[in-house]
Amino acid sequence: MIKTDVVIIGAGPTGLFCAHQLGIIGLKCEIVDNLDKIGGQCIELYPDKPIYDIPAVPKCTGEELTNNLIEQIKPFNFNFHLSDKVQELKNENNKWLVKTLNGKEFETPSIVIAGGVGSFEPRKFPTKSAEKYDGKSVLYSIKDKTIFKDKSVAIFGGGDSALDWALELSNSSKVTLIHRRDEFRGAPASVQKIKELSDNKTINLITKYSIKDVKGNGSLESVEIKSDTGDIKVIKADYVLGFFGLIMQLGPIAEWGLNLDKKTIPVNTENFETNKKGIFAIGDICTYPGKLKLILSGFHEGALAARGCFKYARPDEKYRFEFTTASSTIKDRLGVKE
Amino acid sequence: MAKIKYIEFNGTEHEADVANGLSVMEGAIQNDIPGIDADCGGGMSCATCHVYINDDEWFKKLPEKEMGEDDMLDQAFEPKSNSRLSCQLIVSDDLDGLTVHMPEKQV
Repeated sequence: MIKTDVVIIGAGPTGLFCAHQLGIIGLKCEIVDNLDKIGGQCIELYPDKPIYDIPAVPKCTGEELTNNLIEQIKPFNFNFHLSDKVQELKNENNKWLVKTLNGKEFETPSIVIAGGVGSFEPRKFPTKSAEKYDGKSVLYSIKDKTIFKDKSVAIFGGGDSALDWALELSNSSKVTLIHRRDEFRGAPASVQKIKELSDNKTINLITKYSIKDVKGNGSLESVEIKSDTGDIKVIKADYVLGFFGLIMQLGPIAEWGLNLDKKTIPVNTENFETNKKGIFAIGDICTYPGKLKLILSGFHEGALAARGCFKYARPDEKYRFEFTTASSTIKDRLGVKE
Repeated sequence: MAKIKYIEFNGTEHEADVANGLSVMEGAIQNDIPGIDADCGGGMSCATCHVYINDDEWFKKLPEKEMGEDDMLDQAFEPKSNSRLSCQLIVSDDLDGLTVHMPEKQV
């Protein structure tokens, strides 16, 4: 059990800056994120896209913004718990007990939900029949590639994951790559390689088809695919892999008894607290009259939520507002030597 | 201004007057029409405002897809050849009478 002042859910820009603000006012926090890297949507959706509306930064990419935020909170040495997800919250004696999917446990007076539009999950096949084989022979990520040796593998998708795995597995498996159109969004070099392997029949490349059904009797045997014009083909397959990118799911957050407005959490704009005492929500996931889904709004929200957390973490102390330019206490926390 | 008809997967029809310059996605969100999520808020980075244009004439009449729209549609729920992202369809008088069909779900 890790005892801390605040658990932040979400390591996107809003969560990171809130961590900074907690550090500045002398609180500790632990940060949990479902992705395997820090940065949230900025790093997952648009690492290379320039952002033009960060105050005093005329232009930066999602990756640069993330790296700068990581640099900014470095002095505080906060722990990140990546590839993990907060699954369960329980309130005991005014403390929140937080359990993650990987079995980590935290005890904290406050939780800040900075979860964007939810956690990133792989998009799955729309076919109901695929659910039966989910995790066994219908897969959306690969942990152990040796299971595919000498097997027939049908791979769906047109991005880098689909192309890279088709190339990799074609060495030791019978690979069919199926994509809904002729163009691929993966790296041009990979597309070129796929076309070469298709020409020499190493890979069976089928475009303008999508999944219709998976068939099997206990174990998976084949996958049925359909074209837009209604043609149907049956492909022998021991494994079916889908790489359609990631979607965002609210997931367990919806089950914590928080008021929800569509997929967002209403908050009070004084401290960004939700209807549950000690649970705050900031960034894209929170809503209030006039809410803008801007990174800069998330920064403001995080600064106020941090002060809201102070009340719970230090109930006997009075919060004193200080400027980073003037406060020697803050400079000590930042490890700044003058 | 254009009158846009949004038809949910279950057949429920909604009609909205959408001001020029807004996207078809925004027209749905502002009028509380279900079936379009728009998780990313119109940044063409999530594919949750996916619609079908079932009328072939209308599909041809719409402005062509820009780079990246088809890449996002690859990641949508059940994309078809008549799929569009409604955040990329900017409303003008020319779109008056457009009908879009929503997929079974967005995520």
